[in-house]
Amino acid sequence: MSPSEFVSTSHHPLADGHAWGWEIAVYLFLGGFTAGLLVLSGLARRRGPRATGEPGFALASSGLSIVGLGAISLGMLALFLDLAHKPFVWRLYVTMEPRSPMSWGAWILLLVYPVLLTGIALDPPRALRDRVPALARLARYAEDERVRRGLGLASIAAGLALGVYTGILLSALGARPLWSSGLLGPLFLVSGLSTGAAFAHMASPLAEERHRLARLDNLLIAVELALIALYLIGLASSTEAHAEAAKLLLGGPYTAVFWVVVVGVGLVAPLAIQALTVAGRIAPTHVAPVLVLIGGIVLRFVLVFAGQASHWSRL
Amino acid sequence: MTRLGMVIDTRRCVGCQDCVVACKTENRTPEGYNRDWITYATKGRFPTLSMTIQSERCNHCDDPPCVSCCPTGASHVHPWGGVVLIDHDACIGCKACVVSCPYDARYIHPDGYADKCTFCIHRVERGQDPACVSVCPTHCMHFGDLDDPESEVSRLLASRPHHANLPEAGTGPRIFYLD
Repeated sequence: MSPSEFVSTSHHPLADGHAWGWEIAVYLFLGGFTAGLLVLSGLARRRGPRATGEPGFALASSGLSIVGLGAISLGMLALFLDLAHKPFVWRLYVTMEPRSPMSWGAWILLLVYPVLLTGIALDPPRALRDRVPALARLARYAEDERVRRGLGLASIAAGLALGVYTGILLSALGARPLWSSGLLGPLFLVSGLSTGAAFAHMASPLAEERHRLARLDNLLIAVELALIALYLIGLASSTEAHAEAAKLLLGGPYTAVFWVVVVGVGLVAPLAIQALTVAGRIAPTHVAPVLVLIGGIVLRFVLVFAGQASHWSRL
Repeated sequence: MTRLGMVIDTRRCVGCQDCVVACKTENRTPEGYNRDWITYATKGRFPTLSMTIQSERCNHCDDPPCVSCCPTGASHVHPWGGVVLIDHDACIGCKACVVSCPYDARYIHPDGYADKCTFCIHRVERGQDPACVSVCPTHCMHFGDLDDPESEVSRLLASRPHHANLPEAGTGPRIFYLD
C-alpha cells in the first residue's frame, strides 16, 4: 500500500529535482533551431541553384549560416552559464563517454562549427569579401559542384545529429518519467526543422521560396502534432509513474501553457494561417513564422520544467 | 566480485538522525546540505495508521544512471565494491546526474561540483564501517558485501522480508530495508 503521507528531511536546494533552469531550455531551442537551419540549407545546397532557377536563394546563402553560428554560440553560452563548476569545462573535451548523450553533444557541437564556417567562407558577405582577399579566392570553390554537394551532405548530417541529440539528452535521464520516451528525439528534430523553416521563410527575399517554405513548414507542423499525440499516448498508456507524468500536461499545472501556447499558438494557429496563405486566400505575412518560433521556445521550456517535476513517486 | 550494500532494519530505526549528524561530521558537508536523511512514510487512515522510518542516502545502484549520463566520466563506479563516486576535479557541474537520480541523492556543492554519499569509502578501505552505520544507537544499520552469502547483510536479506526504494526505476538500488 502506498503511504498517504511522506516526509523527508532532505532539504538541500535541489532536493525537489529542479536542477535545470532557463539556460537548458534556451540551449535546447537554439540547438534545435540551428539544426533546422543546417538540414534545410544542406538540402538546398545539394539541390543547387538550378532547382530554384533564381540567384540569391536564401536557404543556400551564407546569411543563414551566420544566423546559425550566432544562434548556436548563444546556446553554448547559455549552457556554459548553467555549469556550476565552470573552470573545469575543458574536461568535456579530454574524453568521450559513449553512454552519455551530453558527451556526444559536446563533440557534435564541435562538428557543427566547421560546417557553418565553411558555409560562410564559401559565400562570404560582401563586406567581409572586400576586406579579406583570401576569402574571395576561397569563394571560387563554391562553384565546384562536388564541394557544394559535399558541404550540403555535411550540413545535413551535422544538423540531424544536433537536432536528435537535444531530445535524446532528456530521454536518457531515466529518473524523469515525462522524458522517458524515444519520441523526444524526433519531436525536437522536427520542431527544430520547423523553427528553422519559419526563420528562413521570414529571411527569404524570394516569393517562390517563401511559398515553398510555408508549404514545407505546414508539413513539419503536422508531423510535430502527430508526434506530440503519439508521445502523450505512449506515456498515458505506460506505467503509473509515466501516466502521472503525462498528467502534468493533461490536467496538471503545465496543461494550460502546453495546450494554449505550444499547441494552439505555436502549431495550430500558424498551420491554419499558412494553409490559407498557401491556398492564396490571405496575403503572406510574418505572423505565422513568428508564432512557430514562439511555440518552439515554449515547447522546450515546458518539457524541461515539467520533466523535472515528474518523478518516480513513493506516494 | 564485491558488491557493497546496506541493510537497514525499519523495526529498529527510531529516526533519531544520529546517522545524519555522523555523516555531516565525518564528511564535513556544507551548511544546508546532507548526504543522508530520514524519511517518514505514514500509511492508512486515522486511527488505523502505521509509520515507517527510513535512513536514506545514495543507493550506489548496480546500473547507476548518474554514471552513464556523466559527460566527463567524473561520476564513476569504484573498481572495488561497486561504490558510485565523483571525481570533483573532473566534474563540470552540468547537473545531468542530479536530474538523472530517482532518489534525489545528489546536490551541487557550493564549490560547484556534484556531491553525495560515498559509503565513507575512506573508512571502508581501512576496514571500518561507514560513519552512519558506526554510530547507530539501535544497531539498525548493517554494511557489507551483498555478493558474499556468508556476510551479515546477505544473511539478514535471506532471513527477513525486505524492500528497496523505487526498484521500478530500474537502477538496481543496493540499500535494503527490513520490513
